Amino acid sequence: MSSATLKGPAAQAVGPTPQPSSKPRRSGAVGRQTAAAWILTLPFAVLFLAFTAGPVLGSLGMSFTDMKQRDLRTPFAVNGVGFDNYVKALSDETFRKAAFNTAYFVVIGVPLTLVVALAAAVLLDKGVKKFQSLFRVGYYLPVVTSIVAVAVIWRFVLAPDSGLLNTVLGWIGIDGPNWLASKTWAMPSLIMMAVWRNFGSAMIIFLAGLQGIPHTVEEAGQLDGAGAWKRFRYLIVPLLRPTILFTSVVTGIGYLQFFEEPFVMTQGGPLNSTLSVSMYTYQQFGFGNYSLAASMSYLLFVVIAVLTFLQFRLLREK
Amino acid sequence: MRRWWIYLVAVLGLIAVAAPFAWMLLGSFKTDGELLRVPPTWLPEAPTNGNYSELFGKANFPRYFLNSTLVALVVTAGNLIFCSMLGYALAKLNFKGRTPLFVLVMGTLMVPGMVTFVPLFVLVTNAGLANSYPGLILPFLVSPFGVFLMRQFFAGLPDDLMDAARVDGTSELGIFGRIMLPLTRPALATLGILTFLGSWNNFLWPLVIAQTEDKYTLPVALALYSTGQNAQHYGLLMAGAVVVVVPVLVIFLAFQRHVTKGIAITGIK
Repeated sequence: MSSATLKGPAAQAVGPTPQPSSKPRRSGAVGRQTAAAWILTLPFAVLFLAFTAGPVLGSLGMSFTDMKQRDLRTPFAVNGVGFDNYVKALSDETFRKAAFNTAYFVVIGVPLTLVVALAAAVLLDKGVKKFQSLFRVGYYLPVVTSIVAVAVIWRFVLAPDSGLLNTVLGWIGIDGPNWLASKTWAMPSLIMMAVWRNFGSAMIIFLAGLQGIPHTVEEAGQLDGAGAWKRFRYLIVPLLRPTILFTSVVTGIGYLQFFEEPFVMTQGGPLNSTLSVSMYTYQQFGFGNYSLAASMSYLLFVVIAVLTFLQFRLLREK
Repeated sequence: MRRWWIYLVAVLGLIAVAAPFAWMLLGSFKTDGELLRVPPTWLPEAPTNGNYSELFGKANFPRYFLNSTLVALVVTAGNLIFCSMLGYALAKLNFKGRTPLFVLVMGTLMVPGMVTFVPLFVLVTNAGLANSYPGLILPFLVSPFGVFLMRQFFAGLPDDLMDAARVDGTSELGIFGRIMLPLTRPALATLGILTFLGSWNNFLWPLVIAQTEDKYTLPVALALYSTGQNAQHYGLLMAGAVVVVVPVLVIFLAFQRHVTKGIAITGIK
């Protein structure tokens, strides 16, 4: 779930993708290159097959069996059950609740994150000339910190009486709720925290995108008498469209896997109001329902794959 | 044109981002009683290092710190070595199967960690590696993201260098190791820092694989402390969060150029 486990369609670089050279070479040279390629590829291939590609397929296979914790030592002595696990998952009330919660988190959280990120990027790109890197680095700080530590800190920020947030709200006369203990406010709390933590990542990509827009575009708009908002809305945003699509999908893929926040802050509660698909999958794993957990993780994967596919299509149309 | 209000907004934003960190740092020097006070205090009334001495005395945090460091360093070294090897082969060498291999590796980039999680657990447990350093490290020694980043960088280097070295009689592996690899130092720095940060912050896998205290990494220890019997020991949790966060902040601030460059190139968190 961390960036070390790797998610997101990195195959889609923001910049141009240089193509590898493919000059024809003499056959001896080709043989030497093939031998070198084998030596350079082999260590990676072994580790990749054992710990990435193998488990990806293993999970798929497992999702069609009745494997439980008791089969841990004999993973091949299990029975096929067809789509039973998928049916079970999809007809499970709690799983649907978790799917709804995850969708809630993504549908509200992704646009919020992108709006804050874009606003911050425009602010830094257009307004803040002095100390720009200080602000850029500052806004990015939460991204590199451990989500577990962030969650611990935010439990105090969100504490009902002694918390930072309610204290600040109190200054302006608002009586803040007991954020994490409230069925209504627990999810907004986690969304708020996610926006705080993640907007810096999209902001960096937006900054790169903004710097790629030639000054002449804005100047032309200015000559035509367009105000700052109109220039932003009708010139900058359309030119940033590919970048916006890209960040929305990368952020969406990350948010669909929403796990650590509820794990550390709410345990999915109160009353499952922050239980995410990843969290529920992990719970099923903990209960020993290995094959059911595998099928749930594949359902999540299908959603992510569809989303990524749609993004490819949308980008190609432009 | 005075644009002081733009700076005001930017500074307010910075305060909103930094306030929780500042509160964590100040809170780590407070007593549990003061942390619960209503209204909350900002500066510690009677600063105490009791939380830290308990953390490093009773709570075994030096051990977790060492575990996190060891795992992150080995994972980083593995990624630098193996990803640059494959990245080079994919970018610069002609061999059969190059394209399918690239597609296969990149295809796994969008697979969520949860998908590989259960079979990986079965595999590692059956290999007798549960609750061991190899169990913590091996699954992360290579990464498709690292291959992608290194391949992009190698592809941008001129072929003429390789051809000149070939004319001079340098072996193919020599060209990689002695000529091309040293040129990728910026990319290696980016990959190294991102991998180190990712490994340091990794949570789910160590949570299930580290089963006894002597194998906990920092995030695992902190998460278990924050939900276990120490959940009410707020000062200790604050100090624990400081110990998890401060090292990566220092590393990030020292090398932030590389991190933001990597983000901008690849768009990965």
